[in-house]
Amino acid sequence: MSRGVRLVGLGIVKGLIETARNFIGSYRDPRRLVTVEYPEVRLPPVERARTFPMLVYDGADPEAGLRCVACKICEKECPPQCIYIEADRDARGRVLKRPRVFDVDCSVCMGCQICAEVCPFDAIKMNTEYELAVADRFGGLLLRKSQLVRSTEYHRTVHPQEAVEIDAQVAQARARAEAKARAGGGG
Amino acid sequence: MNGGLDERALIGALSTGDLMPESAGAAIEEQRPPDASPSGSATRSPAAESVRGEGEFLEVSLGPHHPSTHGVFRVDVVLDGERVVRLKPVFGYLHRNHEKLGERGSYLAAMPYTDRLDYFCSLTNNWAYALAVEKLAGLEVPERAEYIRVIAAELTRVQNHACLIGFLLQEAGAMGTPIMYAFREREKVLDLFESLTGARMMCNYFRFGGCRCDLPPGWIEQCRRVVAELPRFLDEFENLLATNEILMARTQGVGVLSAALAVNAGVTGPNLRASGVNYDLRKADRYGIYDRFKFRVPLGAHGDVYDRYMIRVLEMRESVAILDQALAGIPEGPILNPRSRLRSFRPRAGEAYGRLEAPKGELGFYLISDGSGSPYRYRIRPPSFINLTVLEDLCVGRLLQDAIVILGGIDIVMGEVDR
Amino acid sequence: MEPLDLIRERLGAAVPGAAIEVVPNPAVAEQSSLRVDPGHAVAVARVLRDEAFWQFDYCSNVTGVDWPEAILREPVRLRRLINGVEREVVSIVERRRPGCLEVVYHLYSMRLGHGPLILRQRTDNRVDQVRVASLTPVWRSAEFQEREVYDLFGVVFEGHPDLRRILMWEGFQDHPMRKDYVEPDDYEYEPTPHDDVLVKARRHYPVGGGG
Repeated sequence: MSRGVRLVGLGIVKGLIETARNFIGSYRDPRRLVTVEYPEVRLPPVERARTFPMLVYDGADPEAGLRCVACKICEKECPPQCIYIEADRDARGRVLKRPRVFDVDCSVCMGCQICAEVCPFDAIKMNTEYELAVADRFGGLLLRKSQLVRSTEYHRTVHPQEAVEIDAQVAQARARAEAKARAGGGG
Repeated sequence: MNGGLDERALIGALSTGDLMPESAGAAIEEQRPPDASPSGSATRSPAAESVRGEGEFLEVSLGPHHPSTHGVFRVDVVLDGERVVRLKPVFGYLHRNHEKLGERGSYLAAMPYTDRLDYFCSLTNNWAYALAVEKLAGLEVPERAEYIRVIAAELTRVQNHACLIGFLLQEAGAMGTPIMYAFREREKVLDLFESLTGARMMCNYFRFGGCRCDLPPGWIEQCRRVVAELPRFLDEFENLLATNEILMARTQGVGVLSAALAVNAGVTGPNLRASGVNYDLRKADRYGIYDRFKFRVPLGAHGDVYDRYMIRVLEMRESVAILDQALAGIPEGPILNPRSRLRSFRPRAGEAYGRLEAPKGELGFYLISDGSGSPYRYRIRPPSFINLTVLEDLCVGRLLQDAIVILGGIDIVMGEVDR
Repeated sequence: MEPLDLIRERLGAAVPGAAIEVVPNPAVAEQSSLRVDPGHAVAVARVLRDEAFWQFDYCSNVTGVDWPEAILREPVRLRRLINGVEREVVSIVERRRPGCLEVVYHLYSMRLGHGPLILRQRTDNRVDQVRVASLTPVWRSAEFQEREVYDLFGVVFEGHPDLRRILMWEGFQDHPMRKDYVEPDDYEYEPTPHDDVLVKARRHYPVGGGG
């Protein structure tokens, strides 16, 4: 590659030929026309895409079917400490295995997905919703438990492969527990 | 020049060393770079008035809110007309005290923060941190995970170099075309990352002892399709720019960095190799499984901005060669060392320094462990920060427009400079 | 690269009067370090850079470390006479570690391809005697990194051409990377505070969860 210039302007002309190739090619080759006209057209999310967390519940009732047992592992492992959990207590003050308060501050949440990775109960998973803009800067993105819960049907629409695997595991564990309870009760 | 001013003496009195761009012709064999002589108070006070007393120089602050400074970065420039007399970079606008954040959480909690260092190359940042922790804890990485790491790193390198060329040309004035073509290719690579890790830029994918999750079905084929299109893109990209007279006039002979100064100032990566020093950590340290792949290391002969641009083009081609080999040879197997733990990870007390060849230079992590779950000292060796040491040497005596092009050629990302 | 003890002997011969000791690294034995006294650090550095069989021409990383004063407890096995029988017991020995600031240099040789050689300099204390020698005259790559150690830890480098704050703004007091740095507690609104941040937050605004 010579560092001198033979005919002044030849290099620029070569560049313009490339530009023309891309311009005219964008009418013919779909790989050269890469613009997606959002918001009229939205790209479909991929299986593993993640934005912010959500709490998964089995069945129809978000309160009874919630998988979360308020073990607080996700709160501890969250890097920017954006999760705040308070466990529910019964009338006598004993700790119950469900959260009374589960706040995730999405203005702090990085979407790093470590909470979903460390949860031993597959209770917190990553959602893919990204159109979450609000007007209130200070509390608008603080999502409470009622805003975070999603059913397993929703989970299946968002992460099909992962949801099917986890639902199978959860159903298996439940079947085993029931069988043990029946055997223990009967014997 | 105005008033019979002796430019050379003035520059010699003001800069922090006597290493000038004119000494660029020094041979590589020169082993004793002149020591940077302390210039006392001249570097501390505002330059113009203290030198001449008449205010003939113009002191301009380039940035921090500026489209060409690669982020929030300020340069205090003292100009004589259009010529740079002195240049002091000022940074810290993006300082988040990442090193203290690393001490606060566990080792795993620091991994998403490493994504945000050099936010163009999150996977190589992750790998560098995982490398340092694996060295500290003595963890081995399974073979399939090593292949995945190499593939991810080389894809990162390709998109980083393409975008860097786009940025350089955008600052030189080609407002939009090269950068748009580069970003079009980058989108393909980011789509690959999204289907692999879940996020386009902040991947948080590598773990200590392997990878977080395995390749999804169909990923290798998708990756092969992207890599198969890369040589055609590189040909087009090179045809677009490599013999462009305007680019050549603005970058050849500009910002010449001598090999001796580069080595002494700790410049690493493509900038070092553009000055002719054959030091690529993939060959020197042979970390990971890089010794299994055949690839060449391009070296520059002149050390100017045009060489830095051309080195990046050639490195992209070598990355494509590595990708072809890695995609052909990736084995089946586990992707995580069974001894690795997600929670309660407590490496024993001691320290380790792990480094790798990030697209910008040598990225290193120095970790001191005291046996607990958080690092005692978590230090990042940022390539962009240290490459900026020579910015003044390269720009003094040249025009302001050259300073912009030189800054573009050095390839900095403020997330890494300030951490 | 030869073992550290040999390097220490050779350096001691080349720079007479230098106090160099080996600091072992329990995690990665090949990355043990040499501690030099600030008075001879520049001479030692020059020898390391210029000698033909070392040629450490590349200073890769300069790190500051804060070691606050601490009481170290180490288990020690002793033989004691108990009820007339000699037994081995494990007792805890307490040792006071004085506070200091430390600067760690990682050196490599690009020409000869060996490394890392790790040098350390320690200050006398963390309060007023915080001066060490600057190695910027030997390796220019230390210039910005030593400025950063000065900025974030407070170590003063003698011989540095331009020692001023680099990441924090001019006029900033205090040194943020020190272990005893206390940040202002009302600079940020925290919607989900924990532990001591929760204590601070309650002083400034109401905190609580909802449904």
